[in-house]
Amino acid sequence: MDYFLLVISAVFINNIVLVQYLGTCPFLGTSKSTDVALGMGGAVIFVIGMSVALTWPIQKAILEPFGLGYLQTIVFILVIASLVQFVEMFLKKLLPPLYRALGLYLPLITTNCAVLGSAILVQKNGYGLAKSVVFGLATGVGFTLALVIISSIRERFDISPIPQVFRGVPIALITAGLMSLAFLAFKGMAS
Amino acid sequence: MGRALKELTKGLWRELPPFRIVLGLCPTLAVTTSAKNGLGMGAAVIFVLVVSNFLVALLRKIIPSKVRIACFIVIAATVVVTVELLMQAYAYPLYLELGIFVPLIVVNCIILGRAEAFASKNPVFLSVLDGLGMGLGFTLSLTFLGGLREVLGAGTIFGHAVPWEAFEPMSILVKAPGAFICLGLILAGMNAYNRWTARRGDSDAPKALEAINSCSSCGLCKLSGRD
Repeated sequence: MDYFLLVISAVFINNIVLVQYLGTCPFLGTSKSTDVALGMGGAVIFVIGMSVALTWPIQKAILEPFGLGYLQTIVFILVIASLVQFVEMFLKKLLPPLYRALGLYLPLITTNCAVLGSAILVQKNGYGLAKSVVFGLATGVGFTLALVIISSIRERFDISPIPQVFRGVPIALITAGLMSLAFLAFKGMAS
Repeated sequence: MGRALKELTKGLWRELPPFRIVLGLCPTLAVTTSAKNGLGMGAAVIFVLVVSNFLVALLRKIIPSKVRIACFIVIAATVVVTVELLMQAYAYPLYLELGIFVPLIVVNCIILGRAEAFASKNPVFLSVLDGLGMGLGFTLSLTFLGGLREVLGAGTIFGHAVPWEAFEPMSILVKAPGAFICLGLILAGMNAYNRWTARRGDSDAPKALEAINSCSSCGLCKLSGRD
């Protein structure tokens, strides 16, 4: 039940993009078509899960016992950047079909603040390892959900009579605002 | 001297981030719930941008181009940790207010974007001016957006109540949807202005915002076409 609430909270109530504003750049940059959105979403779920599982032991086993908590930012970003690089090489060599599906999006993920954000958030919230990984995966699912919804809306924009000045980023932001309004309605579901 | 002035002022209007170059949207949306937060975030970004541009320009001949992105990230992360510690010491309430977005300055596209696009190719002095100009532009934008949302959403400005009572503050504007909608409207306004200047035949007119994909102007995202 605990985990169920955690997942619901990370996917809907505290949706990483629409409520917590993390990962807005890839959210706008890769949401022009649903296929791209699905690929990006899959890669994000994978990388957030892996990076949380990796940064959690580093924080607990190295940074905290030695009083190096202030190095958190620099260590986490380096771990994530090398993890992304490593995953890319690994997939290319051993799982070519998966690489073809996700490979294009992997390098974009290093600067996705949703990844670094969730690695830091689980430490702030004080979750255990299992809970952290579940939270990370659910956060990725929330990101994918928001990305797929907005990309399917944006595909419609191509054939809609949108005023010239609103084309592109402005209308996408306003759509995201309306989606965020809808997601705020989940707030009453659980505390 | 003319060139130096140009590098300093381009960030203030011609390439004003994030309204003209759509970079660094996460903090723009997240911390602009009040003018004060926008200003504080902007100040942190100015510091990080100036110091990281300085270091990148200083080391640009030493850093091998294959691992340059990793080097830029380490430099940016070091400066961000410095800012974090300084804020904890001297501006703790602001640090709590900005929360997770202080460490996340590392992955703000604007830092790595400027390192990649400018500081890695230009001398130290010009890079510092570029960082300063871009940082000031970013701060002005964030303060403006924060002020707008604070006035309309909470009826205060920099924490002081506005002197008129003509309207009921719309609290939705200081919440998440307001951030997206306000920024969308501002960008649309920018588009309209660009089209207007282009129609007047202003030769100095900047290119339309439409051409700028929110991510394509970001230096690090170009990493995807890694050689």
